[in-house]
Amino acid sequence: MSIQPVAATAKDDKTYAAQAVAHGIEPHVVGEPVMEMKNITLRFGGLTAIKDISFDIREGELRAIIGPNGAGKSSMLNVINGFYHPQDGEIWFRGKKRGPMKPYQIAHQGIARTFQNIALFKGMSTLDNIMTGRMTHMNQNMFWQSLWWGRAEREENENREKVEKIIDFLEIQAIRKTPVGRLPYGLQKRVELGRALAAEPKLLLLDEPMAGMNVEEKEDMCRFILDVNDEFGTTIVLIEHDMGVVMDIADRVVVLDYGKKIGDGTPDEVRNNQTVIDAYLGVSHD
Amino acid sequence: MFYREAGDFKTSYSDDAQTFPIKFDRLRYYVVLAIAFGVIPLLINDYWEKSILVPFLIFTIAALGLNILTGYCGLVSLGTGGFMAVGAYSSYKLMTSFPDLNMFFVVILSGFITAAVGAAFGLPSLRIKGFYLAVATLAAQFFLVWLFNKVPWFYNYSATGQISAPERTVFGYAVTGPAAPPQATYLFCLVFVFLLAWLARNLTRGRIGRQWMAIRDMDIAAEIIGVNPLKAKLTAFAVSSFFIGIAGSLFFAVYLGAAEPTEAFGITQSFVVLFMIIIGGLGSIFGSFVGAAFMIGMPVLLKNVLTGTLGWPTALATHVELTVVGALIIIFLIMEPHGLAQLWRFAKEKLRLWPFPY
Amino acid sequence: MPVSLLYALEVILNGLMAGIMYSLVALGFVLIFKASGIFNYAQGVMALFAAMSLVGFQNGQIPFAEVINVIFNSDVHNFGWTMPSFMAIALTVLLMIGFAFLVERVILRRLVNQEPIILFMATIGLAYFMEGVGDMMWGSDIKNLDVGIPSGGSRWLEDATIGFAAAGEDFYGMYIDVLDVWAAVVAVLLVASLTLFSQYTKTGRALRAVADDHQAALSVGISLRSIWVITWAIAGIVALVAGIMWGSKSGVQFSLSLIALKALPVLMLGGFTSIPGAIVGGLIIGVGEKLFEFYMGPLIGGATENWFAYVLALLFLVFRPQGLFGDKIIERV
Repeated sequence: MSIQPVAATAKDDKTYAAQAVAHGIEPHVVGEPVMEMKNITLRFGGLTAIKDISFDIREGELRAIIGPNGAGKSSMLNVINGFYHPQDGEIWFRGKKRGPMKPYQIAHQGIARTFQNIALFKGMSTLDNIMTGRMTHMNQNMFWQSLWWGRAEREENENREKVEKIIDFLEIQAIRKTPVGRLPYGLQKRVELGRALAAEPKLLLLDEPMAGMNVEEKEDMCRFILDVNDEFGTTIVLIEHDMGVVMDIADRVVVLDYGKKIGDGTPDEVRNNQTVIDAYLGVSHD
Repeated sequence: MFYREAGDFKTSYSDDAQTFPIKFDRLRYYVVLAIAFGVIPLLINDYWEKSILVPFLIFTIAALGLNILTGYCGLVSLGTGGFMAVGAYSSYKLMTSFPDLNMFFVVILSGFITAAVGAAFGLPSLRIKGFYLAVATLAAQFFLVWLFNKVPWFYNYSATGQISAPERTVFGYAVTGPAAPPQATYLFCLVFVFLLAWLARNLTRGRIGRQWMAIRDMDIAAEIIGVNPLKAKLTAFAVSSFFIGIAGSLFFAVYLGAAEPTEAFGITQSFVVLFMIIIGGLGSIFGSFVGAAFMIGMPVLLKNVLTGTLGWPTALATHVELTVVGALIIIFLIMEPHGLAQLWRFAKEKLRLWPFPY
Repeated sequence: MPVSLLYALEVILNGLMAGIMYSLVALGFVLIFKASGIFNYAQGVMALFAAMSLVGFQNGQIPFAEVINVIFNSDVHNFGWTMPSFMAIALTVLLMIGFAFLVERVILRRLVNQEPIILFMATIGLAYFMEGVGDMMWGSDIKNLDVGIPSGGSRWLEDATIGFAAAGEDFYGMYIDVLDVWAAVVAVLLVASLTLFSQYTKTGRALRAVADDHQAALSVGISLRSIWVITWAIAGIVALVAGIMWGSKSGVQFSLSLIALKALPVLMLGGFTSIPGAIVGGLIIGVGEKLFEFYMGPLIGGATENWFAYVLALLFLVFRPQGLFGDKIIERV
């Protein structure tokens, strides 16, 4: 059973909302663009990873980026993070053009991320890893930190509370103190999601969060992602290969192939796009 | 049985984050403190002070410092000797220029001066990583030793090029100079060890410690989640150099009394401290203590056995010492790359369940 | 030609020679790093050990004489014979190969998957260990190494260049040590043969495969263990050559092992994985050091050779972290 969340622009709000109410579900409201990529080109020496791609991401939506391997999806996320700097193009965040910024400054703006090959801090426990996600919200200076008693300890405990809520949400209480290096792959992915959520981001980038998971784990992960999107209203950009997942939960989809954009729209529109079918989806043969 | 967590529930986050969550550990800690501050000063004599206890305390401080840089933040440094020299020479200049300045302040100020120098030499760490950084710190090591050898201002234009520590007293007891009683030097160093270990614990369990560990584990991911690598790395260098500078200052003023740069602060010293944190355990405060104890105690033990009991000539004893140290390092790395601290943690885990095997 | 220019030329030439000597040691590092990803701090001590053993074999010393004397209250030192150089060299080569076997068996096998820093520390431990063993075997006094390489200033060159100066100036001809020239020739031959070996022989290909990817090499049937033994053996032989050259020049003593430290800036400049880089890096460091000391040394107290190489390499690294010829480090997330 899959009732598609109703994607709407701010303009079409009323029609879709009315329909949704008639069906008895909460309308999923999507707002103005929170991020716009305009004519992004990214080159590594002689190799062009991203060729003149433009798309936008609306507030509160769940945007999927799909495409065959090597299409430039992860590179796109890296550009959003500020880890790669595009040779051409502009990035607009919340209506303002983004100048050259370092990744940690971009993190402070409210963009958090998970990685394709897990990038957890293997030497630390689950709790510590998720606490590092609070980095952008903790700022007691060296003096108080050296003392520990007083402000630093208070800040530590406040943030610990928030982190514990996330741990409850993701149901990973039992592995709180385990060093993450010892955790199985699926749990590591969940911890990484927790770390990204801990930052209370405005924009959450998920790079293949369900890679290597079985059906049950995928359902869990989907549930978490949808909950985050619904409850906290976080805008989510999702790279994913599982078409079932994408078609089910995404509001809109961007399709990349060899660094170029070949499709952009709702899952239905993309599913019926011939170029996309040729490049990626394929047709089922009986 | 007596060493357990069962039944000992924490009801606040503060309690959960404390240094010694298990009651037995806490008791043990108080007992150690009592012995260190109360019992040893009554029993100490010149030999124990000079050969074992004071160097142990001083090098514990150095090991703590290097552990912060290399163990917690992952920045390998071979410049420890050079930074100790900065601490020593800062103390010398402070002591000779401001004779009325209390020794405590001399040492602490030397630490701050070394912190500044350390941060400066840490700038390349933003571009250079891993091995390359280790070699870059060698530049600091050799340059600093050369500097203190060549620039006469540092040794007050003395003819020998050596620096010697004038006598200073704290609460009426001499802590530097030949007349200092062993209890005084021991307690002076002990106080520093206590304060600095506490400082190291607080820094490493909080936000800054996590930043350092994040950079150590995966610096790109760390930057993407919001860690400012410049600030974090320079802070690591600064804090680490603060510790190492204090160690150098105490090494010169309290322990050696007189020093000359190449011998006292050469590359050998850098390696010794590095061995301490590897054998003790990278990223572990307890490990710094254990590693220092090992590297200080083992040569003394060997020498006593070889030259004392067996009557071997000292040259040969030195060779054997080299061989044994080298072999032990290799053995440790093969058996337990995470050092004695890991073995200790292992033992504690087993002990938690004792006498039940599972 | 003005005398100052002649002096500068002389300094540069001497710098090049010194650079070649550094490269000899750096070569050993590159070999081991290429094949096993280990930075072998013990390379310098290996050179010292090889040189000591060579002299020991030449003079017919009894290994571990000191230890034996102490334990058994005896007083033996020499076997009483002396060995011709080529035989001593052959024996030392065998010794270094045996050493390579031991290292692989005892250390490398058990540290297979550890992080690079742990491996590096292990080689430091190995360096200390070898130094101690070397001292125990052959004694730690300074030894004279002579395998028949001519040394001393080249008279021919001195005479030939004495006329270059303008009339009336004091110039006694350029001083280039013939030993250094021989070292340069040997180094070039060594590099050439190593490069040919690695490019055109089966084992050489296997070495390159292992350097790239251990797993992949295993999967095509290359035995990691034998490759490692071969690599360390070759590095040992390179160490021997370096030991002979340096030992002939300045005697066999502890400071020989510190040459390893000097090789580090060479590697930083040339890149850790490049054989020609070791040569070029060595030359740059050699010339740079000598020039700097010649021109700036007197102004700031001299002995700048202690640190100049490192500072130079450091500055270089800031602008080009992988060195001149090293593999570019691409970071991926």
